[in-house]
Order: sequence, then structure tokens, then C-alpha cells
Amino acid sequence: MTLSELEKATQESTLTRWMYVLRRWPLIPFFILGVLVLCAVFSPLIAPYEPEKDQLRAVLAMPFWSEPCEEGQISNKFQPCNTNGIGLGKDERVYHFVLGADQLGRDLLSRIIYGARLSLSLAAVAIIIGTVFGTTVGLVAGYYGGIIDEVIMRVVDVFNAIPYLLLAIALVFVLGQSFAVVAFVLALGAWAGIARLVRGQTLQVRHFDYIALARVAGASTPRIMVKHLLPAVGNTVIVATTLQVGSTILSESILSFLGAGVPPPTPSWGADISNGREYLGSAWWVAFFPGMAIFLTVLSFNFVGDWLRDRWDPRLRQI
Amino acid sequence: MRTFIIRRFIFLIMAILAATLIVFALSRLQGDPRNVMLNVGYVSPEQWEAWGEEFHLDKPLIVQYFIWVGKGFFQGDFGESLKTGKPVFDMVKGFAPASLQLGFAATLFVLFTGIPIGMLAAVKRGTFIDAIGRTFAVFGQALPPFWLGIMLILVFSVNLDWLPSGTRGHDASGFFEKLQYYIMPAVTLGWLASAGLMRLVRSSMLDVLDSEYIKLARAKGVGNSGVIWRHAFRNALIPPLTFSALILVGFIGGTVVTETVFAWPGLGQMTYTAILNNDFPLMTGAVLVFTVVYVFAVFLIDILYAVIDPRIRYT
Repeated sequence: MTLSELEKATQESTLTRWMYVLRRWPLIPFFILGVLVLCAVFSPLIAPYEPEKDQLRAVLAMPFWSEPCEEGQISNKFQPCNTNGIGLGKDERVYHFVLGADQLGRDLLSRIIYGARLSLSLAAVAIIIGTVFGTTVGLVAGYYGGIIDEVIMRVVDVFNAIPYLLLAIALVFVLGQSFAVVAFVLALGAWAGIARLVRGQTLQVRHFDYIALARVAGASTPRIMVKHLLPAVGNTVIVATTLQVGSTILSESILSFLGAGVPPPTPSWGADISNGREYLGSAWWVAFFPGMAIFLTVLSFNFVGDWLRDRWDPRLRQI
Repeated sequence: MRTFIIRRFIFLIMAILAATLIVFALSRLQGDPRNVMLNVGYVSPEQWEAWGEEFHLDKPLIVQYFIWVGKGFFQGDFGESLKTGKPVFDMVKGFAPASLQLGFAATLFVLFTGIPIGMLAAVKRGTFIDAIGRTFAVFGQALPPFWLGIMLILVFSVNLDWLPSGTRGHDASGFFEKLQYYIMPAVTLGWLASAGLMRLVRSSMLDVLDSEYIKLARAKGVGNSGVIWRHAFRNALIPPLTFSALILVGFIGGTVVTETVFAWPGLGQMTYTAILNNDFPLMTGAVLVFTVVYVFAVFLIDILYAVIDPRIRYT
């Protein structure tokens, strides 16, 4: 075997090298999340149509790859057809419903793009509130220990014992359906897990010498918590938070599916699936695409969360 | 051991009390419950006062709370549903069997997928089978349950016409006919839990397979299946046991969604309808039932865990 042959034999193929990169870095999830964030921030620029504008001549219009409507045919709930490229209405304006339209002839793609805005902003607000509260509670419980710890952790336990989803639905209906209420209810579902994790970490860290030295040096308790404990548990917090985003988005979609989310006509993935359910027999795409959006979003967040955990916090790897 | 059980029991009582407080607060946040009954039209002030006396609404809130808790826990009387006029206790009793059956079916699905897939993935680590197993888990944790249910209906009911799209199949005859009605709801309710169980079984099995006593068993000449079944399997199942409590939590939230998607006449759908109808006596009663069931289950699992694995600390 000549040297060049040997080199060739040991060289990895491009595919193998790419597989290696993809295994090490969650590039695909990052890409999906990047697209999502872009959609959420610039939805008015990206979305082809207004998400709340109906087009009753294109009710349940089919996605772009299906057979176009016949001459003079109007898409309706009994016989949906593909209206892409056909002039609709008096002014013969041409619409392109890439992913089809819903039961009011609203462009599904635009609704999904705007839906990203709602889902991501709700999740962001909820996660921030939940993380700040959960971390504070966890730090206090872990640092002080004793009776304070006992009381706080029992409260967390009790909180975990109440079926969250039922509580969430009831709270949304009692407090009124609005962005703030839904965000608050979602935050309620996020803080307890984070508090428990942070407390566990704090319990380990607080016995380290540098904490004792800080106390000897005269640092106040709040200062020790913020300057010395928080950085030590920071990785845990970030990992736990990322892993929590997926389930928060899922909870949000469940709430809006059950009609307990931000009220219509605001485009929301869960509510759109609920609408599409009625037309499963004739127009599967109305329920399919928003669900796909939720699935891919949650999947991506979970992958990134798992990746972060493996990198930053291998102790948590087991589950 | 005894102090452990006593401590857990005290916590159980505390948790249930706290739940009653929260539920009661929820029912009063809406304002005077009499407002909900106003849909009958004109109500005279006398009638209003009479209602107040009948439901003890003229007393301070804290007294009302104790009356509600006392009647509920000692007489099984949680009031009557505003919508149907039937006692809450009877309604819960009427809807419970359907939910329990669904829960049982889903549990079977979870056990018969989660454990074998987790085991296989661990034993065949790094192979194609492991990849399939992990995909199963990753999907389970990212699929919105209601969408999963709807897509199952789309594929297996609308397109293939293999399975019925919903209800419990009261008019179906024969065991296998009835069984068909359980398949999709059980998968919808169970996949998330199964995914969690699978990951836990897999990692726990990997830990055990890596341990000294497994190496000793192999060195001794025990065959592969002997190592896996006699030595590893039983030890690997201890951590997933605690997970069964989490399965139950998932089920309690999941029943609402699953029963709504599949028109399943169970507690989840009943509670959801109660919330939609502002039927507060029914809603509070149902949430309380769910909480009590859950807290008791956790209590039993904690004790079971301590019995099975003496290494855990009784604190």
C-alpha cells in the first residue's frame, strides 16, 4: 500500500465529518430556533399576508403542491382546492397561500409566523419571571437551611402536588384571558422545578471555604448570595431554564388549545390546531402545520437544553 | 422507618389542606358565587338573602372555608353542580371509571414500551436500535399531546379507517371491538410518560451495566442474558420506580387534553366542562379529588421505595 492509498483509507468522508460536527454542535436546532426568533421579531416583514385578514373565497385553500382549482371553482369547506395564483374577488387579486388557508381563508403561513411571536414572547416572559423567582427562593432556602429551608421546600412540594394544568385553566378563566395572565400562569408552572434545583446546588456550594471566607471578610448576606453563590449555581440555572422552555411552550399550546390562552383572533398555534380539528376530514393542513411548528420548536429547545446540560452540568445528565 | 412514615403522613395532610385552601380561594376569587346563579333572570333581594343563608355566604370567609372542608371531608358533601343539580360527589363517582380505565390502558402502554425500549437501548448502546429508542423518547417529549391525538385520528381514523376516532365505545360488543377504542387515547396519554420512563430505564441500566458486580458476574462466566435479567434488570428498575409518581402527574393533566380530543367521558373532560361553565362546586370538588389521589399515590410510592431499597435515608 502506498502512502497516498493509506492516506485515502484513513481519511474521513465529508459525510462522516459532518455527522461528527452535527453530533457535537446542535446546528439544526440552532438554525430552527434562529429562524423562529427572526419570525417572531420581524413577523410583519416576513409574513406574506395579515394573519387576521380573512379571504372568504379561499376558505380552507390547499397548500401549494396540490392540484389547482378548476375554472370558476371556489374553495369551500366541502371541496377545498388550491387557489394559488388564481384571482380572487372583484379586484381579481392573486393570493399565494403557501401552506394553505384556515376555515376563514386566513393564510396559515402568516398565522404560524405570527404565532411564533406569541408563543416565544409568552414563554420568554414566563421563563424570566419563573427563573428569577425560582432562583431567589432556591438560593434563600439553600443558604439559610434549617426551618426556612424546610418551610420553603414543603411549599414547593405542596405546589407540585396540585395538578398544574387544571389549576392553570381555572386561574386563566378566573383572572381573565390576557397576555399578562397567561404569562403569569405559565411562570407559576416553571418556578418550582428551578427552585428545587438551585436549592440543591446551593446546599453543596455553601459549605465551601470561599463562602466562609467571604463571611469572615464581612460580606453581607445579600452580597454573598449575589456575588458568590449565584455565579456558582449559574450554569445549573441556565441549563434548567433552557430545559424548561420546551415544556412552557407545550403548556402554552395546551392552554390555547383548550381555549384558555390569549383570546382570538390573535394567532396562536394551539388555538389554530383546535380550529383545524373541526376540518380534519377535508382539510388536514389546518391542524397539521401549526402542530408541526410547536413540535419543531419544543424539539429544538430540548436538544439545545440537553446539549447545554452535557457541556455545562454533567452532574444532571442521568435523567 | 416509622418516623419516616409519620413524617410523610403529616406532609400528606398538609398538602391536602393547602390544596383545599387554594381551591377554595379560586372559587371565591370569582366573587360572590351567587352571581353565577343569576342567569335565571330576576332575583328578589329576599331570594338573594335566602341563598346566602342556604350556602352560608353570610358568614365570614374563614368560617365558610371550614364549613366547606368539614362537610366535604366528613360527609362527602361538596355541594351540588350548578349545571346539572346533581351532588358533586355522585358526579365524580360517575365519571371516575372511564378515567381510571383510560389511565390503566395508558399505564400498560407506558410499561410495555418504556421499560423494554429503555433496556434494549442500553444493552445495544450506540447501535441503530439505540438511535430508534432515543428518537422515540425525544419525540414523546416534544409532541404536543393534543396534536398527537389529532394526528392519530387523521391517520388511523380519517385516512386508514382502522380505529374509531373517539368515545369509549359503549355500543361496541366484544372485547376486541372495545379494545380498539382504547388504543389511540392510551398512546396519546402515555407517550410522554413512556419517553421519560425509557430515558430513565436506559440511563439507570447503563449505570448498572457499568458496575463492579456486573463485571464480576461476567468474569464468573454468567451468560449475557443471565447478566441482563438476573443481575442488571432488577437493580436498574429502582430509580424508575419513583418516576411512577411523575407518570401519574402527567396523566392527571393529560386526561383533560386526551379526553377532550377523543370525547372520552371521564373526569378530565368533566372538570374542563365545569371550568368552562363556571360550575365552581363541581370544579373545586374535581380538582380536590385529583389532588388527593395524587398525594396519596406519592405517599405510597415513597414508602414502597423505602421498603424496596433500604439504602435510601429515612429523612
